[in-house]
Amino acid sequence: MNRRHLYGLVLALIAIAAGMFLYKWQVLGFPLRPGADTNAWTIEASVSFRAGPGSVRVNLHIPSLTPGYTLLDENFVSRGYGLNTSYVPGGRSAQWAVRRVSGEQTLYYRAVVYEDRSSIDADTTPPFPPEPVLEEPYATALRELVAEVREHSADIETFTAELLKQLNDPSPDQYIDLFLNQVRTPTERAQVATTLLAGARIPARVAHGIYLEDKQRRAGVIPLLEVHNGDEWLYFDPVTGAEGLPDDFLIWWRGSEPLARIEGGGQADVQLAVQHNVIDAMLVAEQRADQRQSRLVEFSLFGLPIQTQSVYSVLLMIPIGAFVMLLMRNVIGISTFGTFMPVLVALAFRETQLIGGIVLFTLIVTLGLMVRFYLEQLRLLLVPRLTSVLIVVVLLMVGVSVFSHRLGLETGLSVALFPMVILAMVIERMSIVWEERGAAEAIKEGLGSLLVAAVAYLVMDIDTLENLVFVYPELLLIVLAGSLLLGRYNGYRLLELIRFRALSKTIG
Amino acid sequence: MVFDLRCRLRQQGVLGINQRNADFVLRYNARRLYPLVDDKLKTKQLAIEAGMAVPELYGVIETQHQIRDLPKIVGERTDFVIKPAHGSGGDGIMVITGRRKNRYRRVNGLLIDEDELEHHISNTINGQYSLGGVPDRAMIEYRVQFDPLFEAISYLGVPDIRVIVFQGYPVMSMVRLPTRQSDGKANLHQGAIGVGIDIARGETLRGVWGNEIISEHPDTLHPISGVAIPNWPLILELAAGCYEMTGLGYIGVDIVLDRDLGPLILELNARPGLNIQIANAIGIHHRLKLVERDGDPRAPVAQRIAFAVGHFETAKPEMAGEHAASSRPEVAGAQPEQPHAPG
Repeated sequence: MNRRHLYGLVLALIAIAAGMFLYKWQVLGFPLRPGADTNAWTIEASVSFRAGPGSVRVNLHIPSLTPGYTLLDENFVSRGYGLNTSYVPGGRSAQWAVRRVSGEQTLYYRAVVYEDRSSIDADTTPPFPPEPVLEEPYATALRELVAEVREHSADIETFTAELLKQLNDPSPDQYIDLFLNQVRTPTERAQVATTLLAGARIPARVAHGIYLEDKQRRAGVIPLLEVHNGDEWLYFDPVTGAEGLPDDFLIWWRGSEPLARIEGGGQADVQLAVQHNVIDAMLVAEQRADQRQSRLVEFSLFGLPIQTQSVYSVLLMIPIGAFVMLLMRNVIGISTFGTFMPVLVALAFRETQLIGGIVLFTLIVTLGLMVRFYLEQLRLLLVPRLTSVLIVVVLLMVGVSVFSHRLGLETGLSVALFPMVILAMVIERMSIVWEERGAAEAIKEGLGSLLVAAVAYLVMDIDTLENLVFVYPELLLIVLAGSLLLGRYNGYRLLELIRFRALSKTIG
Repeated sequence: MVFDLRCRLRQQGVLGINQRNADFVLRYNARRLYPLVDDKLKTKQLAIEAGMAVPELYGVIETQHQIRDLPKIVGERTDFVIKPAHGSGGDGIMVITGRRKNRYRRVNGLLIDEDELEHHISNTINGQYSLGGVPDRAMIEYRVQFDPLFEAISYLGVPDIRVIVFQGYPVMSMVRLPTRQSDGKANLHQGAIGVGIDIARGETLRGVWGNEIISEHPDTLHPISGVAIPNWPLILELAAGCYEMTGLGYIGVDIVLDRDLGPLILELNARPGLNIQIANAIGIHHRLKLVERDGDPRAPVAQRIAFAVGHFETAKPEMAGEHAASSRPEVAGAQPEQPHAPG
């Protein structure tokens, strides 16, 4: 019962930790590695026109549903204009208006989007379109065409592919020819495709977008045919008939309307400029959590002031160090002075680096031991003696710092980070063990502590690990689960195998 | 290779520290009963109430100013022992064998003055030898006059007999013989010899000294195997009785043999060390399992001893004298265990 309870608890802890970890990693896109970057693009739409003497209204389509990308940030530059954004059938639209303006005008809209594979067309399923009402001979042509294409296809996907193949045939048949009579641009070709698809009661629409390539001054708007198969939107290139949403393609708006519409102005020119940049993955994750109204980030360490954050990035490594210490003691069987002393010394090693730390630690403990042996002769009471050792340790640290600075050694300066109270206790413990159990025992335990501290330091110094624990503090629950499990570990310690080695041969 | 060794040790029933703690100490020793054995003063009072033999307590020093009462406590006695009530592993025990005016003779022959003795007591009551440095008490008690039997096979100090008692059943035993190297202390990792004792016959088996298996005392050159421990049934009875006395299911009972008073209970340990397995050349786990399965903890002491005598006979070591000395199979060094557990 006891054991089952423990395993249940351990499983629960791991499940919680893994769940939170996966949610933050996969859904919110928190980075796994330190300084992970995400591809981002800044797209600037500029609308310039010559304004008449009267009032001006400018409608500009702006991105709303952008599969493969997520909008991180957007802003509008339009001095003197009233601004209003609204959802329109083609997506989203910004509307600038001003009562009286004249001369050259330029309005800017800037959006930052980043790559986000999880972003899909989260659109509602559209209703079946009404059959288009066409005059003869178009109506007959449409009927014939739909019947013919249907013959050669199995479902909506293949229907669309077949239709596009026929539309793009260099020598089209008579019905197609009829429809393509007026068609000049790919956009118009896509419009015709939606009409034909509507004839087969298939929901379709034209999406307009740009290829995201770095340093484009004037990105060309390219149409894409979107067809709904009842479950999801499928994408077709209206010219080549290729299926699928191309990489680096950002859908800007949908429908048959132009990108911008200007009332009260002339000589309109709309430019889309693209600039590639990388941004911190963490920033993206925060933004995304914000958009999803997830409280996880707000209540995460990233909500704390930067200075506190850096303290916590160190503090969160202590459980890792303690776990290493636990493994070294209970699984390997190394004896140390004090339970957590090696972990605290390992923390100090972060500042001094490994070699410097070991040298300084050995130096201070050795000098301290010498002083302690001298104090022993004075027969001091325990507490005054401990206090004296502590004072001596602090003085030794000052001495080491000043002396090494004179010699130009920088490591000596970081000695102040050694936990001096712990050092004083180590010296006291070591001197007692030295006296009671002999020098060999004392040195062995001292070296054991140093070894555990060094290993703990090496593990705590792994940047990836530190970042991982800071971004996903819930991973410490797994460390907790591991500690709980080891609490019931009743196997041999590694060094016990050596200790009892002889017993393995006695009978068998 | 490691895995193979591990399997063979498991097969031999060798108990490791983790398993001792998880499956025996934590399970059979209730935390609230620990003070009964961690505080030697309490153990002594308990034993006296239970009518068991213990070394006589002369007095207790609890505060700094009481140290001056030491001469009053000691009176005319010339030999006595000072020990911390919460000491572990034999740390902080000072044995005085003689007195000359203001100077005391320690067991190793060194003379110390009153000042030094007072400093030692002061350290003791300030917690130098207790776990976590908590304030402690110093006990002044009778020095055991050890049995002439042991004179030939121990050097200076008092050999003590350790019996592991599980649910009231004595399961394994050894005697620890001080050597010159251990400075008269009975701690294995300080160089004392551990000699296994056959529970059934009360006869010593072979000795383990550091890494060597020996059959003679290195200082006195007397054989240490095959020695019959006097009063063995009484020793088993004392040890087994400690279960009722404390209520602790898994304990190590330390007993000394006094020349005049017979077996005396020295102290109990709730986390007894594991070196006893090396001294007996056998794992303890199978025996513990047997008691767990077949032993009735409520059976009377005599019945429990009969069970132990019937089941825990250790085969006589095959190698005798010269053979053992020459082949010297390696036995790994005794290591300190937890800060608590004496060797």
